[in-house]
Amino acid sequence: MEKLLEVKDLKVSFNTFNGEVQAVRGVTFDVLKGETLAIVGESGSGKSVATKSIMKLLPFPQAVIKNGEILFENEDLLKKNEKEMRRVRGKDISMIFQDPMTSLNPTMKIGNQIMEGIIEHQGVSKSEAMKKAIELLELVGIPNAKERVHQYPHQFSGGMRQRVVIAIALGCNPKLLIADEPTTALDVTIQAQILELMKTIQKKTDSSCIFITHDLGVVANVADRVAVMYAGKIVEIGLTEEIFYNAKHPYTWGLLGSMPTLDAQEEELTTIPGTPPDLRNPPKGDAFAPRNAYALKIDAEMEPPMFKVSDTHYAATWLLHENAPKVDPPPAVQERMKGFALSGAPEIAKEGEQS
Amino acid sequence: MVRYILKRMMYMALTLFLIASVTFFLMKMLPGSPLKDTDDLTKAQEEMLLERYGLNDPISVQYAKYIGALVQGDLGTSFHFSNTPVTKIIKDRIGPSMQLGAQALVLGTILGIGLGLIAAVFHNGVWDYTSTTLAVLGISIPSFVFAGLLQWIFAVNLGWFPVALWGGFEYSILPTIALMIFPLATAARFTRTEMIEVLGSDFILTARAKGISEYAIVLKHGLRNALIPLITVIGPMAASLMTGTLVIEQIFAIPGLGEQFVMSVMVNDYPTIMGTTLLLAFLFIVIILVIDLLYGLIDPRIRVDGGKSS
Repeated sequence: MEKLLEVKDLKVSFNTFNGEVQAVRGVTFDVLKGETLAIVGESGSGKSVATKSIMKLLPFPQAVIKNGEILFENEDLLKKNEKEMRRVRGKDISMIFQDPMTSLNPTMKIGNQIMEGIIEHQGVSKSEAMKKAIELLELVGIPNAKERVHQYPHQFSGGMRQRVVIAIALGCNPKLLIADEPTTALDVTIQAQILELMKTIQKKTDSSCIFITHDLGVVANVADRVAVMYAGKIVEIGLTEEIFYNAKHPYTWGLLGSMPTLDAQEEELTTIPGTPPDLRNPPKGDAFAPRNAYALKIDAEMEPPMFKVSDTHYAATWLLHENAPKVDPPPAVQERMKGFALSGAPEIAKEGEQS
Repeated sequence: MVRYILKRMMYMALTLFLIASVTFFLMKMLPGSPLKDTDDLTKAQEEMLLERYGLNDPISVQYAKYIGALVQGDLGTSFHFSNTPVTKIIKDRIGPSMQLGAQALVLGTILGIGLGLIAAVFHNGVWDYTSTTLAVLGISIPSFVFAGLLQWIFAVNLGWFPVALWGGFEYSILPTIALMIFPLATAARFTRTEMIEVLGSDFILTARAKGISEYAIVLKHGLRNALIPLITVIGPMAASLMTGTLVIEQIFAIPGLGEQFVMSVMVNDYPTIMGTTLLLAFLFIVIILVIDLLYGLIDPRIRVDGGKSS
């Protein structure tokens, strides 16, 4: 399939009073047309920064894109100036933000907030934009759309607001939708509804999606492929099945082991000991080594390259080197991966739908 | 809405009554008497004058008489200014004060918001430092320094404007500038702080992600959300600006209300003190009502509807 977006060796730093924080340290991934790529990682792993760089929505001048290329339909977005970027934002690439309670302007009617982008990019009249806004509200499942367009955000509940945010993002039929933890601030029932909505819409509009989350359970439901980020780098990337059934990186094992599932036999969830490294002076070797029970000597010396597991599956751990000792995931995680492989997908996000 | 306003008006009347009462008794506690040079008067003459102005009655009777007249719209007659009714004094004097105050308020607020916007948009840049410095200077340097400076530069040296007195519009320019420095600096400072906060909020990022222009982001999404605290500060300032400021009116020799007010306190001209205080209080209360209605206009979350939020 054709590549819509290619991010190559992206490095982003923040200049702070305490020195340079290397938030993203060389990230490479691509997004195919029509697919959903999930980026998973804990807070501070650089997933939001990496995707905000795509739209150049970082707080400049504190944030500096130090290196890399971001090719969108073979054009380097990093070479575009602010004016050219404005034509990409909201039109070709849209973004859905985390907290619907704060991501809408409290003093503007939601109809106007949806229409703004449409008028800007499609040059249609106000009444046409209004018609489109009502259609969008209906598309995202807001009842009485005709009356609701004239209301303000405070007259909507959290889940409804997130639907409005999605409607805004869909305004110009973007080719790429970036969803930055769109369900994190919502309760479980609503989470499931919003995920379902996003899946339906994506199928309808045939757009690509980057789905950022720290919740692996959400990923299994929505993603075609998964990239796991740690300390500003992608440590493992592969098809969703490959990550859930056959993970290779100890960090991914840790994530899988710490994820609550419905069909889990064991009572206890494993945890990953320690904390992520300080990205002001990232470690010389593998950033995950200090927290890794399977760390090798070389991890302290040299960063592991991406080892190929299959055509679609890569992982950055020395354990995959031909000279490395053969290590199996912890039994609990093995058990889990087997369970996922049998049942198809972890039963977590669906929990909400039933309740 | 109408019910809300009617209800507010009732409270306003009550507030005015309380202010009138408190001012009345406080004023009576002032030392001295309205009579000048009592030594030159015989006891009988003094007695006669006090009787004539009703100052011999017990305080409670004077109070009752005053409130009775006030309800009928009678503010009394000045002791000091050759028996002119207080309403006439205010009417004659309020023109220049109101004009100066309104000009200074409008110009100062608009320029201040502009300055604050520039500072916020170019946060931590040269423009920010320039406008912040200007704002700090404007707030910390007293207006009489500016007034003197303006007179010296533009009236004495350049001769563009009259030095003082009150004639046509050109007479109002220098005092307006001197008077507007403070509201300008205050508006600039508040706009800057509020805008920096608003521009950092999530919905601005949403707006930016839509690809709309920076201009629309700052004005449509930013400014409106920054206005609430600004109005809270500017409103009360409006009342005091409109009723005249002693300093500016003295320096520019403008026959305004501020000068009049201070004078009436000095000579214990009771009716004039009462009249001016009540006028000031009235303006204040009206402006507070206007501010409350504006809040609702700006922010739909605090829209009033019969006293309850919708």
